[in-house]
Amino acid sequence: MENTGLGLITVVLFLPMVGLTILLFLDGRTQVENIKWTAFGTSIVTFLASLLLWAGYDAGNPALQFVERMAWIPQYGISYYVGLDGLSLLLVILTTFIMPLAILSSFRSHIFEERGREKLYYIFMLLLEWAMIGVFVAQDLVVFYIFWEVTLVPMYFLIGIWGAERRIYAAIKFFLYTRAGSILMLLAVLFVGGAAGTFALPEIIAGVQSGALSFPMDGLFSTQSFLFLGFFIAFAIKVPVFPLHSWLPDAHVQAPTAGSVILAGVLLKMGTYGLVRFCLPLFPQASIEWAPIIGVLAVIGIIYGAWVSYAQTDVKKLVAYSSVSHLGFVVLGIFALNAAGISGGILQMVNHGISTGGLFLLVGMLYERRHTKAIDAYGGIWKVLPVFGGISLLITLSSMGLPGLNGFIGEFTILLGTFGSQYLGFFFALFATLGVILAAVYMLYMFQKVYMGNVTKPENENLEPLHWQEYAVLIPIVVAIIAIGLQPAPFFRTMDASVGELASQFEQPEREVVEPVIVRNAP
Amino acid sequence: MPFELPSLSQLNLGVSIPAMSVAVWACILLLIDLWIPKDRKERTAWLAAGGLVFAFVVNLFTFNSGETAFLGMFVADGFTGVLNIVILITAFIAILMSIDYLRRTGTERGEYYVLMLLSISGAMFMAAANDLITVFVALELLSIPLYILAAFRTPDLKSEESGMKYFILGAFASAFLVYGSALIYGATGTTNLNEIFQSVDRVVTQGSTSVFLLLLGAGLVLVGLGFKVAVVPFHMWTPDVYEGAPTPVTAFMSVAAKVGGFGALLRVMMVGLPAFMLQDGATHTAWQQTVWLIAAATLILGNLIAISQTNIKRLLAYSSIAHAGYIMMAVAAAGTQGVGTSAAQAAAVYLLAYMFTNIGAFAVAQALERDDGTGTKLDDFVGLARSQPLLAFMMAVFMLSLTGIPLTAGFIGKWLVFQATLQAELVPLAVIGVLTSVVSAFYYIRVVVNMYLRDTAKEIVLPGESPRLNWAIYLSFAGTLVVGILPALVTGLSSSVNFTALMMP
Repeated sequence: MENTGLGLITVVLFLPMVGLTILLFLDGRTQVENIKWTAFGTSIVTFLASLLLWAGYDAGNPALQFVERMAWIPQYGISYYVGLDGLSLLLVILTTFIMPLAILSSFRSHIFEERGREKLYYIFMLLLEWAMIGVFVAQDLVVFYIFWEVTLVPMYFLIGIWGAERRIYAAIKFFLYTRAGSILMLLAVLFVGGAAGTFALPEIIAGVQSGALSFPMDGLFSTQSFLFLGFFIAFAIKVPVFPLHSWLPDAHVQAPTAGSVILAGVLLKMGTYGLVRFCLPLFPQASIEWAPIIGVLAVIGIIYGAWVSYAQTDVKKLVAYSSVSHLGFVVLGIFALNAAGISGGILQMVNHGISTGGLFLLVGMLYERRHTKAIDAYGGIWKVLPVFGGISLLITLSSMGLPGLNGFIGEFTILLGTFGSQYLGFFFALFATLGVILAAVYMLYMFQKVYMGNVTKPENENLEPLHWQEYAVLIPIVVAIIAIGLQPAPFFRTMDASVGELASQFEQPEREVVEPVIVRNAP
Repeated sequence: MPFELPSLSQLNLGVSIPAMSVAVWACILLLIDLWIPKDRKERTAWLAAGGLVFAFVVNLFTFNSGETAFLGMFVADGFTGVLNIVILITAFIAILMSIDYLRRTGTERGEYYVLMLLSISGAMFMAAANDLITVFVALELLSIPLYILAAFRTPDLKSEESGMKYFILGAFASAFLVYGSALIYGATGTTNLNEIFQSVDRVVTQGSTSVFLLLLGAGLVLVGLGFKVAVVPFHMWTPDVYEGAPTPVTAFMSVAAKVGGFGALLRVMMVGLPAFMLQDGATHTAWQQTVWLIAAATLILGNLIAISQTNIKRLLAYSSIAHAGYIMMAVAAAGTQGVGTSAAQAAAVYLLAYMFTNIGAFAVAQALERDDGTGTKLDDFVGLARSQPLLAFMMAVFMLSLTGIPLTAGFIGKWLVFQATLQAELVPLAVIGVLTSVVSAFYYIRVVVNMYLRDTAKEIVLPGESPRLNWAIYLSFAGTLVVGILPALVTGLSSSVNFTALMMP
């Protein structure tokens, strides 16, 4: 192993830490404005720096790019090893895109009137950004694990300190659930690292592909299966895959708006990212064996999530359960184990981050004005706040997958992949399609009850118009929704090479596999 | 063989200077203390600390010499060196914690520091003991001062109860250890660990009676040392003793006694009995399964009972039982052929990580403790983050480190222990370890919940706060983070962990 120098990834990764360090020296009582804008400025600079990564990324090359590697714990073969492929890149951009919006949306929040402690809040925000970027760029199993666990701490505090009434319960539940999953992953990481003699992911994957390293796989309960499950359960809790989802509604509903946005926008993606990055390439045989079972769970999640969403009386909870449904699609796409399914899944991760993040922002803005999340308390909001209503409609439609907007591209590609999959096939696609219809049902139901009709409650008549900061938060989301909907090609191109290489492991030549090329021209 | 007095050069005293100097300094300090006025006992503390610094520096020089002293009864190898470092840092921080505590509780006496030094030298001798006799003598040297220290707040009833309980159960434990040693001597004809190792094969081929003797002897030694390190089912004394003893003493003994106990346990098992297989060609030693069971029981019970605690000192007592379980995992792992050294390294790193974190947590508890010993309920932590942000932050880091969250020392320790356990092919034990660590997250997080998430308007004052105590907390905090962020430092140190004359086939 040789040490490379530090490069752009490290700059992007540690920019939030630089901002955090500045925050530490600001006074929490007298310099609140400075603290806010420093945090926001940091996240914007990080976003711009991450765009440099995209600009310099060579999409045709499936190998890792911007690789940096330095010895960290040489005795155990652990190195600070970071790099990007198409998948990591998109998720890094998603993270750095969501963070400034989440931070900006917190500026006018009422939670600080009751709880104060702005300084601590923004410190946790930047710590979270650092850890999330770290998760997506780490190429060493132990380094990945460390970042993965570290995301837990700031999120726990964000929910626990600035959350709603039952925040302590939700925070503890979130912490314990996630910790239970990840600590099992630690065992699997140690086992894989011990067997491979290194913790460097690309080297381990190369070993698996060349056959130099193989974990015994005979039947559903064998070494490889257990290792696969060690990783899978950790990721499945984070995603969350049915039936491990019960922490999610609590966490989402209790978290402050920005917390929900980050949770839906990025944290859940860490789970699906892990599936693609670790489960599939490290344990190809186990992935194939387990694909139908996981596919069934994913489909149950899609329908169950949609069904339960419809029954909610709390807007935030409705959006939270819709996440279970949407992420079911992502997991289904990934375990279709072909290029279309996986790239659809990845794009849908980005889409869900933007759309559901947007929905949580909308809910947050409503809550700021009315201090309730009950659907019944609203009605006719469109008439009172016309522009806000229009934006809400667009985001809602994007979330339910209307053609021409981003959600459609992802779901369509996933369904295509599922349909063409050697491991899943027609019935999975059929039931998943049912989920698309149900999504339209609960989303439109929500939209109708909250925004349409006449204003029935006098409290809703004089809602404060949107502040320019709120527009500044929503407009980038709207732009992203439309841009991906009309021009998905750059996104697919970014990940094509990486996904193609991954999917080629699962292809069996006798059946034709749907190429994402077809998809690119579809809408 | 006629008995001859060994000459001084045969004793090779040089390599034992770190441990010897502490013991000798304790004796001298006892005299010096007579001339120190009653209201200036702080000087005794600093003199004691000076002795520790001296021992620390000498230890760095004799570190890993691999030589033996006292005709093979004492060995100064890498293992001794690393454990000495842990013990000496523990003692240094404990003395920092003690000075103001003793003053404000009205128990300031020079003997306190002398007793602590004696106990420290006992722990250091234990880490170096290469003979069952040395183990026993060192154990007594470690324990007897601790009994007195635990009762040092007399006439406080809880403190007296603590000392008494510790004494009686400790005496039992010593008896077990001696009896076990005698049985091992009966089976092998020697008390020297290297010679025991050489005669194990002969014992096994001799037949069932001597194997039984050896097995029973090893079992009783395990019991005796198990008492000291507080593993289930020999843990009953821990919560009462920890709660009743003066807080700096609790902090000290929760680490020093464990370091000494595990040091001796690992050495007896790994130098004396690593080849004790019941069948030819086996790869797991005869004692592994027992240690496995003890580790599993300790992990489960320690962590589960800790959940229901409402006092931070009792909570930390149960948590220290649980942590003994994790180190016991490493001991169990050492029972698989070829894993011994990495298991010992894992145990050493775990002890180092546990030392910083646990002492830090006790030091924070001491800052909250009132002069009458109250104020250490978990509810007393409510709102700490608002009144004392820095202290609360450090306590949160200690709790996260005890949980084993990355970037803290606790993670590094857990990681190495789990790794060793997996290497030893003890997968079920590793799974029990990780699952119980999730349980532990629950009660550690409760402390954080009280500090940060529950809020109160009431301003929290710190009765025990003093600059010296703060330094103790800062030191522990720095140690916790440095080990967590730059683990290469300690893994580098631990790679020098080896056993002289370790002859694993």
